[in-house]
Amino acid sequence: MLEIILVSTLNGVLYGMLLFLMASGLTVIFSMMGVLNLAHASFYMLGAFFGFEISRRLGFWPALIIAPVLVGLIGMAVERYGLRRVHKHGHVAELLFTFGLTFVITEMVEMFWGKLPVDYRVPPSLDFAAFTVFSVNYPAFRLFVLLISVAIFIALLLTIKRTRIGLIVQAALTHPGMVGMLGHNVDRIFMLVFGVGVGLAAIAGVIAGPILITQSNMAALLGPILFVVVVVGGLGSLGGALVASLLIGLVQTFAVAFNVSLADLFGTSQLSAVLEVWLADIWRVTIAQIAPIMPYILLVLVLIFRPRGLMGTRDT
Amino acid sequence: MNQSATISSAAPASTRAGLLVRYGIWIALALTLLLLPYVFSSRLALSTMSLMGTMIVFALSYNMLLGQTGLLSFGHAVFFGLGGFATVHMLNLVGGNSYPIPLPLFPVVGALGGLFFGVLFGAVATKRAGTAFAMITLGIGELVASSALILRRFFGGEEGITTDRTDMLRVFGYSFGPQIQVYYLIAAWCFLSIVLMYAITRTPFGRICNAVRDNPQRVSFIGYDPSTVRFIAFSLSGLFAGVAGGLSAINFEIVNAAQMGAVESGSVVLMTYIGGVGNFAGPIIGAILVTWLQLILSDATTVWPLYVGLLFIGVVMFAPGGIAGLLSMQQPLLAARTLHRVLPYYFLMFVPGAVAVAGLAMLIETSHQFSIRAAYGPRMTLYSIPFDVTTLTPWAIGAVVFAVGLWLFLRAARLARNAYDAALPQRGNR
Repeated sequence: MLEIILVSTLNGVLYGMLLFLMASGLTVIFSMMGVLNLAHASFYMLGAFFGFEISRRLGFWPALIIAPVLVGLIGMAVERYGLRRVHKHGHVAELLFTFGLTFVITEMVEMFWGKLPVDYRVPPSLDFAAFTVFSVNYPAFRLFVLLISVAIFIALLLTIKRTRIGLIVQAALTHPGMVGMLGHNVDRIFMLVFGVGVGLAAIAGVIAGPILITQSNMAALLGPILFVVVVVGGLGSLGGALVASLLIGLVQTFAVAFNVSLADLFGTSQLSAVLEVWLADIWRVTIAQIAPIMPYILLVLVLIFRPRGLMGTRDT
Repeated sequence: MNQSATISSAAPASTRAGLLVRYGIWIALALTLLLLPYVFSSRLALSTMSLMGTMIVFALSYNMLLGQTGLLSFGHAVFFGLGGFATVHMLNLVGGNSYPIPLPLFPVVGALGGLFFGVLFGAVATKRAGTAFAMITLGIGELVASSALILRRFFGGEEGITTDRTDMLRVFGYSFGPQIQVYYLIAAWCFLSIVLMYAITRTPFGRICNAVRDNPQRVSFIGYDPSTVRFIAFSLSGLFAGVAGGLSAINFEIVNAAQMGAVESGSVVLMTYIGGVGNFAGPIIGAILVTWLQLILSDATTVWPLYVGLLFIGVVMFAPGGIAGLLSMQQPLLAARTLHRVLPYYFLMFVPGAVAVAGLAMLIETSHQFSIRAAYGPRMTLYSIPFDVTTLTPWAIGAVVFAVGLWLFLRAARLARNAYDAALPQRGNR
């Protein structure tokens, strides 16, 4: 039992930190431009596939640098020539634009890499067991992913709280007009933030690719969970995004570890026989099976009872 | 048929218009639906038109949200699918003639199913508008689609639930076995739904929906609760999506969980927006066009969703009114009898536009062959010209054709725009 708890906690925190790498960019882009970038997970997928292709040719370490930079540049081009154009048609048009982008990116990926998973492997230099707990070997690569995400989180926090650029970004979040008046090019700040945001998602893609499956449906699988994270955490709140990411990461990982259903809890009795007839499938469903829908239940509950999210400052 | 429908329905009706003029458009629509099977009588055409009829109802129900009330939903297929499941379960229950209910009444079951879940989910979703509403519907869509795979007894797991539509009470000896009878069933329900949804847009409620879309704050100042209006619109939209789901269930005799998923929800967004959300006829055009595109493109290429996606992005960026919006832009010209002055420029735009699309398609197909279909060898045939994708020539030709076509298209577009502005009557200038 202790073994399950320890390994699940590690994996849950790891998954949560990966979610946070993506959610942080998403939530900053949202609070700055008012655009919820539906294609954010698609940029994460692009990162994974670029990472795969580059690490096949040049090795994993160059890929870790080059892929996010490439994706960031693509993101900036999308912001400059796409989003900025659509902006004048209003928020719905912007949402729809990013929605169309998810289609195009998914299809592009399928066009070049096909629908089957690609063979994106853990780099040999990190392919060993870091430590052993209760006869379970914990892979070094997972530890590396955890460290990198924590390092990026700290760097991001310091950049936003302690540097001049961070100050301008923070100001542009709430008072874009005033920041423009003071002589800063707000459009360029938006473009940079968009580029850095999707670049962070791409880093998550490069390092998550070997652990999760690198496949053309990975954006569609992860995208909705990402939106759950930012809504539950509170739109625009970095701290909220961190808490929500870890919460969802842990909930999903622990749920998978428990194979208990209502039928198991009640055992065999007169009552349970009656309930089994009435509840049918619900009676037999295990917690592991409902793990995929837990984030959405959380989303609906949060929107009903606390619409501003865990740490948000304004109603969504 | 729909292009003329858009223009004439948008034309200002004269105050002394007679009954025939007033209802002329509806009579024309009914006649078109009646006569279409005589024009396109092949089996493929019949099943395509049945599918189009279903999709028209679905897209129009979606536009009750997006176009009329300004609510962007990413989970609309939930009501389509649940309406379908309600219909299929009722069909199986009634099957074998144990209750005397004829098949044509079953879309009502779909409607009730859609309405029930519209009320249920609407109570949660319509408290907010804008981005939050879009997120909630996305979440509800994922929730229902994933739950469907868990609750296997009701949703039938991955295989779905099958039924037999011919096993019902027969009225006038119609068995609804042949596709032509199913077509007329769908056409009748499609006509009824179009009339009802159009009628709703003409009621005070329809007007208040538009007001909620344009300025919710002022709506609450004149004494209406915007979230109640949204809730009613959402429920009604669920009802009509349920009708579409019921029609689909009758047409295919199977419903599965995939029909409630994100792909289906996405495709109704594409259809409605490409057709045009600002005009009642827009979703009809979009449903017909996108269904047709899916049919012909999926025959021609495996990456067809890419083309539909690019078309969608193109519409969002350059023609936010959709196809119906572009068509209704011509209406003042038609009224001022100056359309003939602009038409040559449209033709001038069309030719390089087609060339650019051909060049883009060549680039896409060549890279597709190069990367994925490499297993099939480097040789491929496009536009009935065989070539080798490992050489530079096809890429260069594709790129040049695309670039030149695009450049000429942009130039022609500028000319057409000037001609349009010149042809516009002075008073009605934008």
